[in-house]
Parts: sequence; structure tokens; C-alpha cells
Amino acid sequence: MYAQMIKSEASTDDPEQLKEFQAKIDDNIKVEPRDWMPEGYRKTLIRQIGQHAHSEIVGQLPEGNWITRAPTLERKMILLAKVQDEAGHGLYLYAAAETLGVSRDNLTEQLLSGKMKYSSIFNYPTLNWADIGAVGWLVDGAAIMNQVPLQRTSYGPYSRAMIRICKEESFHQRQGYDIMMKMAQGTEAQKKMAQDALNRLWYPSLMMFGPSDAESVHSTQNMAWKIKMNTNDELRQKFVDQTVPQAQYLGLTIPDENLTWNEEKGGYDYSDPDWSEFFDVLKGNGPCNVDRLEARNKAWDDGAWVRDGLMAHAEKKRAAKTAAE
Amino acid sequence: MSKEWPLWEIFIRGQHGLSHRHVGSLHAPNAEMAIKNARDVYTRRNEGVSIWVVEANNISASSPSEKGPLYEPSESKIYRHPTFFDIPDEVGHM
Amino acid sequence: MADVDKKMLTQFLLRMGDNTLILGHRVSEWCGHAPVLEEDIALANTALDLIGQTQFWLGYAAEIMGDSKTADDVAFLRDVWDFRNLLLLELPNGDFGQTLMRQFLFDAYQSILLPRLMKSSDQHIAEIAEKSSKEVAYHVERSAETVVGLGDGTEESHARMQAALDRLWPYVGEMFSSDEVDAAMAAAGIAPDPATLREEYDALIGKVLAEATLSIPDSDFTHKGGRNGATHTEHLGHLLTQMQWLQRAYPGVTW
Repeated sequence: MYAQMIKSEASTDDPEQLKEFQAKIDDNIKVEPRDWMPEGYRKTLIRQIGQHAHSEIVGQLPEGNWITRAPTLERKMILLAKVQDEAGHGLYLYAAAETLGVSRDNLTEQLLSGKMKYSSIFNYPTLNWADIGAVGWLVDGAAIMNQVPLQRTSYGPYSRAMIRICKEESFHQRQGYDIMMKMAQGTEAQKKMAQDALNRLWYPSLMMFGPSDAESVHSTQNMAWKIKMNTNDELRQKFVDQTVPQAQYLGLTIPDENLTWNEEKGGYDYSDPDWSEFFDVLKGNGPCNVDRLEARNKAWDDGAWVRDGLMAHAEKKRAAKTAAE
Repeated sequence: MSKEWPLWEIFIRGQHGLSHRHVGSLHAPNAEMAIKNARDVYTRRNEGVSIWVVEANNISASSPSEKGPLYEPSESKIYRHPTFFDIPDEVGHM
Repeated sequence: MADVDKKMLTQFLLRMGDNTLILGHRVSEWCGHAPVLEEDIALANTALDLIGQTQFWLGYAAEIMGDSKTADDVAFLRDVWDFRNLLLLELPNGDFGQTLMRQFLFDAYQSILLPRLMKSSDQHIAEIAEKSSKEVAYHVERSAETVVGLGDGTEESHARMQAALDRLWPYVGEMFSSDEVDAAMAAAGIAPDPATLREEYDALIGKVLAEATLSIPDSDFTHKGGRNGATHTEHLGHLLTQMQWLQRAYPGVTW
């Protein structure tokens, strides 16, 4: 998910302390910021929470792309509210990461320099209005799949951020599906847009869950530490099973000829995404990687004088106040 | 690198009669802006709410103690609420 | 309610609604691009409030225009020459400083106008004003604070805010211009003559700009043509091209 490709960090910690720590986690007692924690736990969380936060921020861009072209006042407001929520989610997550001893600015610099990643899905373009529906339906749908179990993650601040986010997320998926319904039940052109959106975003949505379990190394430690709650394939399967009837209801075709119900396993058999495309995108070769980072770098650079200006003013006022006292 | 905006911990009283609860943190250059940011970020402008902001490094804590979990009910724009959208039952849970 | 020419009333409502529509649209362009997360969220809030207010104003206008028109029809199907927003609001955003300066200059105006409209002889207008006034009070507080913070911040932020004020000042006067529509509204007790708001406005912005250590340009000149639609800037056409594209390319469709 946002934790695509997160490797567990190794630590050289005292085995007794590690045992106690693991027992705490097994007992579902939350780990809080000032508690002892293995260095590997801290580092892995910083990377995972940080990348989750980056994903929310970068995630504002593909949908933000259509705010000025939203076709009605209501759609304009709904989309704005959703994208604003993404910013808010990023903020909650940066706040959670900061409890681990890293600053938001530091995390931001790592994103902007390419040292830290964000979810691969946001490197795909939004090309017609139905994409906005599909993003809500599929991308938020996939995110919810991952985020609901993460509410039970072991680290307190992360868990609480996820709870807050999950409360707000359901509106996101529903508004997306609502758009898809209007499109799928609309004119020929609208139906075409809806199918086109599904065609382009289906496999990238499947990729959100990360490579198949067979390819995913380093998950075991993260699962033991309850930083990762489910395997990639588990979540991907759940997502497919949930989404297929939704697509059927819309009268749209999922672009997978091998999609068939498997009675024995009680779920759908489906084609894997093209994993070479996934790794290419992670490397920086997706359709929008350059645009996304350019946009974030520009916002950051153009905004420096604003941040510095407001900070300088605050300091002037504080100095004046102290002088007066 | 420029000076980062300080971190503030945010406490909100959601309704009259309740006490303030910790909702999270944010960055702001000073307390006045922290309060406004808190209103925009953590309450989506609910009326009648009380907000406290404390610069994070002014908080003293006992060791391992933590602020409790909590979240504000969201706000007045009804389309933010999942119930605003009519999702047919056949489609399954959403 | 006093008898008033429906055409005049419509013009008044379009002026109110087009202001919030165009400004809301401009502010929404910042989403995902603001200098800092907290400001991104704050600007989105502002845009949301403005577009919400738009639905009220243009909804009422649509009602009067009849023909089962909706607020959306009014927003998405009129061409430049039918728009009645202030020129100030259709200008491109410029940098963050110019955006916030524009916001403050308009918020200050709304903060004076709306309380007057709460006493309108038109019940519907009074209600809209009442609903909007809390949002407006918050907007002006926030934008004023940012103008002060940036005006009296670093040398660079001060220079940029001064440049923004210099750039936008020639558009301020249009808010207080007065024509036969305004005369009709004033005569009917529906809305004040904008010219009567100027003194209070100057006092309000004077105070804030002084605190921001900014100098108000020494000029009376004002651009006109927005609120009567006679001469919009070249910018409005491009804005509408984006905003109205889907409705124009796919007419009559449900979204």
C-alpha cells in the first residue's frame, strides 16, 4: 500500500528488552512515543508512516487536477473537500511520524529529493472526469482495505491517526462510486469515459497492495511487530472480490479476461498486474512521476518566503512581548 | 535550511460539558495561528468548540504516559457524510 | 418586501454570486500547491465556503430568472459578458502574497457589506447574509492575520506584500462604485449603496495595512467593468474555459 516495498530495519537491541517488547505487542498493548522500542521498529515506522503521509500529499495532485473543471458546483465542493481531507490525512500522519523523533521538514526534504517514496498509484494521470470517480471508487477503496486493519497497528499515534482517517475515508469511496454510477447510467460518451477510466486504473489499483507475497521479503518482522497487519495477496484478493460486483452493477467490464469465480477458494481468480511496470514506476518512469515531484518541489520552493515571513513575524511579536514584560 | 515552524499539540472541547481532549498536532508560527489552523484541520469549523494549543516542547510528561485517543465528529458539509450518497444495496458494503 | 424590478434584483444577486464563484474558483487553484500543509487546508476551507455561498446567491438568481434554471446553469452556461464579478477577483492568483492580499481586500468588504444585508428588506437575502456572515468573519480574521504576518515579516515577504498591494489597489475602488442597480436596491431597502461603505472600509483596511507596515498607494484611480460586465479582463475568458469545459462539451448531461 503506502507501505509498498517497506523493508524491516534491522536492530541490535538487547534480547531481553526485545522479548518484553514483543510480548507487549502480542498482548495488544499500544507502544507510545516515550516507550522503549527497538531501533528497527522506530526506523521502519518512520519510513512507513512517512511514506503514507507523502502519499496523501502527492495524492492531492491527480484529483486536484480536476477541481477547476468539476462540472457542477456540488461536484466542485465535494472534490475540494475530498482533496482537502487528503491534506489533512497527510498532516495527521506527519504528526504521528514526528512523535518518533523526525521532523516534518526533514521528511519533506526526503520526499522532494526522491529518497522517500509515495504510493505508485499517484504516478498515473487523471484524464477524464470519470477518473475522479474511479480514483474514489478504486484507489480509496484499496486504501480503505489497508487502513481499516491498520487501526489496530501497535504504535499508538499511528493507530489513532488511522482511526481518524478511516472515519473520514468512507465518504471518499462513496463519492467516487456515486460519480461512476452517474457516468455508467448516463450518455454514451459518459459510459465510454467510465469504461476508459476503469481500463486505465484497474491494474495500477491492484499494484497498490505491493508485490505478491512470494516476491515480498522482509514482511515477517513487520507482521510480528504489527506494523503490517495483512499480507499483500490477502488484501488484494479481498479488494478484487469486493470490487467485481460493484463493477458488474455499473455494467462496466474489468479489463481482465481471466477474471473468473473460483468456487473452491470462494473468491475470484484474476490476472496479476504487470510487475515490471510496477517496478518501473517506482524507479521514476511512471507517466507522472516527474510532474508530481516537480509540482511538490515548486510548491515548497515558492513557499519558502511565506514560511520564513510568518515565522519572522511570530518571532518579532514574541520578542516584543518579552521586552514588554 | 530555514527555521521550521514549531510543533503544537491541540486539545479540543467538542461539546459543552466535556473536557478538552488531545486530537493531534500541527505546525504554526505562533499560538494565534495554531488555533486557527486547529480549527481548520481538526474541527472543519464546527461552532461552539473550544481549542487549546500548547507548544509541544512546553509539555512535561511523566514517563511512559500518553494522551488518550479521540477524534472529533466531522462537520457541517453534509456531503462529507457517507450517508449523503445513495449506494444501492446490491453493490455491497461501502 | 418592497417592489423592485426583477431584472435589477437579478443583477444584484449575480454580482454577489459571481464574486464568490470566481474568487472561490481562483482560491481552489491552490489546492495541493500551497506553501505549507496548514495553509493548503485553510485555503481549501475558504474556497469551500465561497462556493457554498455561491450556491445560495446564484440559486436565488436562478429562481428569479425562472425557466427552471438552476445555480449550475447560471454558473456554467453564461459567457464572459454576462458575468458580474469584480475585476479584482478574476485576476490570476500571482504568488501567495498576492492571493492573500486579494483575499483580505475582498474579505474586508464582505465583512462590512454582509451585516448590512442581514437587515435587508428581502427576507431571502437576509437569510443568505446571515448564513454567510460567520464564515466571512472568520475569513477576514484569517486573511488579515496573514497579511500582517507577511507584511511585517522578512524583507522579502514585506516587499512581496507591498508589490501585491500596489498591483491590486487600482481594483479596490470598483467595490464602491454605484449605478442604477445599486440605486434600485438601496431605494427598496434591499442592499446599501456601496459608496456608503467606503469610509468604514478604509478605516478597517487602513488599520490592518498599517500593522502590516504596508503603504497604501496614493491613487484614486479605479478600473471598472466587472460588476456591470462591460469590460472584463482577458483573464476571465480563460478561467471560464476551464470551469465550464465539461458542461459546454457535453451539454445537458447529468454529472
